Amino acid sequence: MSTATTEAGAAPATSTTTMTVTVKILRYNPEVSEEQHWESYQVTAEPTDRVLDALHKVKWDLDGSLTFRRSCAHGVCGSDAMRINGKNRLACKTLLKDVNPSEPITVEPIKGLPVLKDLVVDMEPFFAAYRSVMPFLITTGNEPTRERLQSQKDRDRFDDTTKCILCAACTTSCPVYWTDGQYFGPQAIVGAHRFIFDSRDEGTDQRLEILNDQEGVWRCRTTFNCTEACPRGIEVTKAIQEVKRALIFRR
Amino acid sequence: MSAPAIQAPRSRPAKASNFELNTWLFMRASGVLLLVLVFGHLFVNLMLGKGIHAIDFAFVAGKWANPFWQVWDLAMLWLAELHGMNGLRTIINDYATKQQTRFWLKTLLYFSAFIVLVLGTLVIFTFDPCIDPSSTLEVCRVK
Repeated sequence: MSTATTEAGAAPATSTTTMTVTVKILRYNPEVSEEQHWESYQVTAEPTDRVLDALHKVKWDLDGSLTFRRSCAHGVCGSDAMRINGKNRLACKTLLKDVNPSEPITVEPIKGLPVLKDLVVDMEPFFAAYRSVMPFLITTGNEPTRERLQSQKDRDRFDDTTKCILCAACTTSCPVYWTDGQYFGPQAIVGAHRFIFDSRDEGTDQRLEILNDQEGVWRCRTTFNCTEACPRGIEVTKAIQEVKRALIFRR
Repeated sequence: MSAPAIQAPRSRPAKASNFELNTWLFMRASGVLLLVLVFGHLFVNLMLGKGIHAIDFAFVAGKWANPFWQVWDLAMLWLAELHGMNGLRTIINDYATKQQTRFWLKTLLYFSAFIVLVLGTLVIFTFDPCIDPSSTLEVCRVK
């Protein structure tokens, strides 16, 4: 037992696996210049380090002015969605070895939302769209004394869309959302889907009516960018199509 | 720097409208119909009988003497024009960001679609095979 642990303990964390990675970050500081510009940083990292670790190294050791959001750093809070090598991902769920570290790794803020500083964007338009689909349980009648029970089958119906962490990776990967921020965006539809297909909820008609709007589900072009971008593996495009189907076969 | 002003949530649509739903359905339905209509049209005109060599003024005149082909061509005209028009409307909505650009592009689009539809419909229904007095077509000689 003891030999096994020492051998296993000695093997990893050797300097042979470390490498130098170039991180190319799209910087923006409105107090200095209105222009965004690229800046490259060289950091030493392991292939199994995450992009977030590389950003930490830049901020902590190289340039303290670098600004980005991150909170839990474990893919649950959804605050560090960014455009890494041209794709929306969570920096804390992306390993350096998976984004071709032999070339410079580009890191940009997510597209379609106003950039405040460096990688921090104004999430308000995104949350406004989410709020407008009323993402809360709507019921009528007396409240039950205990839980609102639901069969496993009914729960499974909307299980996929309960996984959403509001990171905005899907909405800001959507080309329709990029051109004008009026489209509700994939995330708001996912948020609505979670309640529309919940057997306990009674606000389905109102939510469907909201998504039947000119800026609603009919603007979806099924490009699947959102499904590809979702760090939680939610089948976003499928959810949008299910809402379309519910609208067509309503009443 | 002051805290960013928080906008009110989007207002609810003024009145419920199924317009976008209906246009979405129309695109699917007209697409399927057009597949049949267009390929049927191509097959009849280009492959049946003498094929492409049969096409001349008399061929078209003969086709439009038949109400079946009148309806066929009318359906093709309207479905294709509306399908294309709605597709372009969608693209304008997606890519034109300024309200004014949108308005003018759409005005141009609806105007051109209107002209094509009116003119096409007029031709299909008022087509006169004997417009040339010295016509040698069989229909004209009977008169």
